[in-house]
Amino acid sequence: MRRVTKLAAAACATAALALTTTACGESSTESAAEGDKGVGLAFDVGGKDDHSFNQAANRGMLKATKELDLGNKTLTASNDETEATREQRLTQLAEAGYNPVVGVGFAYGKSINKVAKDFPDTTFAVVDAESNADNVSGLLFSEQEASYLAGVAAAKKTKTKKVGFIGGVNNALIQKFEAGFVQGVEETDSKIKLTSQYLYPTNIKGFNDPKAAKDKAKGMLDQDIDVIYSAAGQSGTGAIEEISKKKGAWAIGVDSDQYEQPGLEKYRDSILTSAVKNVDIAVYELIKSVDEGKPLHGTQNFTLKEDGVSLATSGGFIDDVQDDVSAAKKKIVNGDIKVRTSP
Amino acid sequence: MTRPAGRGSGPRRIDPQAVVQALAAPLLAIVAALAITSLVIGATGKDPFHAFQVMLDFGSKSDSQIWIVNKAIPYYLSAVAVAVGFRMNLFNIGVDGQYRIAAFAAAVVGGAVSLPGFLALPLVLLTAMVVGAVWAGIAGVLRTTRGVSEVITTIMLNSIAGSLIGYFLQEGRLAEKEGNLFHTPYLPEATRFFTLPTDPDPIYGTILIALVIGVAYWFVLGRTRFGFDLRAVGRSESAATASGVSVRRMIVTSMVLSGAVAGLVGMPTLLNESFNYGTDFPAGIGFTGIAIALLGRNHPIGMALGALLWGFLERTGTQLEFEGYAQEIVGVMQGVIVLCVVIAYEVVRRYGLRRQQREVGAELAASPGAGGEKAEVSA
Repeated sequence: MRRVTKLAAAACATAALALTTTACGESSTESAAEGDKGVGLAFDVGGKDDHSFNQAANRGMLKATKELDLGNKTLTASNDETEATREQRLTQLAEAGYNPVVGVGFAYGKSINKVAKDFPDTTFAVVDAESNADNVSGLLFSEQEASYLAGVAAAKKTKTKKVGFIGGVNNALIQKFEAGFVQGVEETDSKIKLTSQYLYPTNIKGFNDPKAAKDKAKGMLDQDIDVIYSAAGQSGTGAIEEISKKKGAWAIGVDSDQYEQPGLEKYRDSILTSAVKNVDIAVYELIKSVDEGKPLHGTQNFTLKEDGVSLATSGGFIDDVQDDVSAAKKKIVNGDIKVRTSP
Repeated sequence: MTRPAGRGSGPRRIDPQAVVQALAAPLLAIVAALAITSLVIGATGKDPFHAFQVMLDFGSKSDSQIWIVNKAIPYYLSAVAVAVGFRMNLFNIGVDGQYRIAAFAAAVVGGAVSLPGFLALPLVLLTAMVVGAVWAGIAGVLRTTRGVSEVITTIMLNSIAGSLIGYFLQEGRLAEKEGNLFHTPYLPEATRFFTLPTDPDPIYGTILIALVIGVAYWFVLGRTRFGFDLRAVGRSESAATASGVSVRRMIVTSMVLSGAVAGLVGMPTLLNESFNYGTDFPAGIGFTGIAIALLGRNHPIGMALGALLWGFLERTGTQLEFEGYAQEIVGVMQGVIVLCVVIAYEVVRRYGLRRQQREVGAELAASPGAGGEKAEVSA
C-alpha cells in the first residue's frame, strides 16, 4: 500500500511538472484587448436565424445597438458541445471588451455564473436561467402562461377534438410549455384528446432538428390531430412546414411571432398564433440598463402581467376566440388561475 | 509486414523504402488536408493563411494548452474503446450510449453513497466500467447467439440508453431540479478526482486514467496471447477458428472490454468537472471517438495525437468564429483530416503492394537465369 502511494505520488509529481513546463508562454487572458466594444451575444444551438428563440434575442440586441449606437458581436453554439466550450465562448466575449455579455438559453446558466466571477466589471445576462452572481442578470419568463393561452385557443379551434404538443427536448424548460398548454386545453374543454411528444429525451439537438419535428408532426396529422403546438426552437419550422401541407390543420408557433417571420412566409396561413416570449424586450431592457450605467442584476421575471410573454394575434386567425383568450389572460394576471410549471 | 522483419533481424534489415512509405502516409494526409481546407476557406471568401495563423497563435497560449489536454482525455478514452472493437473487425458505434448510461449509473451510485474517497472513487469507476461492459455485452451476445450485426444493435442501444436516462433523469425519480436543468445529486467532496496544480488552470487528474488505459491497450493487444487471438480473429475468422480460437468467445469478450473502456469516457467530466449527471452532460463523444480511432490508426500514441488535434481544432474553432470565419470551418477540417488520413494510408498501402508485386515479379523473371548459373556452379 505504502509503496503504491509513493509510486502514485511520484507519478503525479512528474506528470504535474511535465505539464507545468509544457503549458508555457502567455495565457490568452494576458494578451486580451481592453475597451468597451458593445454587446457580446452568445446564441444557443440554432443561431440567430432560427425564426424563434435566438432570433428574438438578436432582434432585441439589434434594436438596442442601433438606438444606442453600440457595437456587437455574436457567436453561436454547436450541437454536442460541452461546458468548457461555452465557458470559452463567454470568456472570449468578455475578454475582448464586450459589455454586457449575454448568453441566450439555459445551457449557459452554469457557465455564465462561473465566467462572471473572472470579470467583475462586466455585466453578464442569461436568458432562461437564474443569477447566482452579483454581476449576472437572470432573465426568466413565464412560458407556461402564454402556453396556457395557446391551449385555450387550440381547444376552441380544433374540429377533430384532438390537439398535439411537440417538445424539442424533454427538460424542465420545455415541460413548462407543455404543462401550461395541457392545462389550458383541459380547462377549456375536458373532452379533448391531447397528445404530448418530445423529439429527444435529453439531447439538445432537439432544438436543431427540423426533420425530426416534421416526422412527429406528420405522425400527429395522420392521427387526425388538427392543432399542433411545437416548442422546439428551430426544429419547430419543420413541424410548421408539414402542417401547412394539410388543409384545415393549424400550427401554433413559439417564442417569436412566427406569422411575422419572413422565412416562414410560405406557411403563414397555417400559423394560428404563437406563444410569444419577449426575449427581445428583455435583452433590449438589459442592454439599455448597462448603457445607462444602472445594470440590471439578480433574477428578473417576465410574466404575462407585464407582457413578458403573450399570445400573438397576427393573421387574425384567433379573432373569433379572442374573448375566451382575453378572459383567461385576465384570470391568470389577477391570480384566479395558477398555471402549473411541470406536467 | 515490415514489423516482424524489423524486430526479428535487427536494424540492418530495415528497408529504406518501408520507412519512406511509413512517413509518406501521414505527410500526404497533412498536405492534402491543409490544401483542401485552404480551398474551402478560400471559397468562403476569407484568407486561409490568416486562419492558420490565428489557430496557431491562440492554440499555443498556456490556457489553451490546458484546455486542449483536458478536452482530449475523454476523446482518447472513447477512441481506445472504439479501437478495441476495430482491432477485431467489430464496429462498436455504441460507445456513445455506453458511456452515457455508464456515467449516469456512476453518478447515481456516487451521489447516493458517502464513503471515504479511496473507497468511493473505485466504486464509481467500477460501476461505470461494469455498466458500460454490460451495455456493450448485449450487442456481443446478440451477435454470437442470433447473428445480429453489432452495428445495428449498438445504434439501437444508443437510443435506448438515451431514453432510459431521459426517463430516470426527472424530478422525483433519480434527479433533482436546478433552474431549468435536471441532474443527479452532486457527488460528495470525497468522491471527486484530484486535479494537477498547473498554471493558469488545473489539469484533470483523470488524465491518469487515460494513461493507464492507453498502456493497458498497448500491452494487452500487442503483448499477450489474448491480444494475438483478438487480432487473429479480426484478420480472418476461419483461420483463427482453425488454430483453436473460439471466435464467439472473442467477440463477446472484446465487446465487453470495449464497453468497459467506454464506461470510463464520462469519468473526466463527472469526476473533474460537473460532479453530477445532468441534462447538460456532454453527448456525442462516442462518435468523436470513432473519428479519432480512424485518425490514430488504432495506435495508442496515434490516437493520443488525434485526440489532442481534435481538442486543438475545437479550441481554436471558437476563436476562428470570433475572427469572422464561418463556425462550420472546424467541422469541415475535422472531416477532411479523417478522410485524408484514411485515403492516404490506403493509397500508400496499394502503392507498396504494387511495388512488392513488381519486385517479386522481377525476381521470378530473373530466377531461371540465376538457377541456371547455380546449376552450373554446383555441377
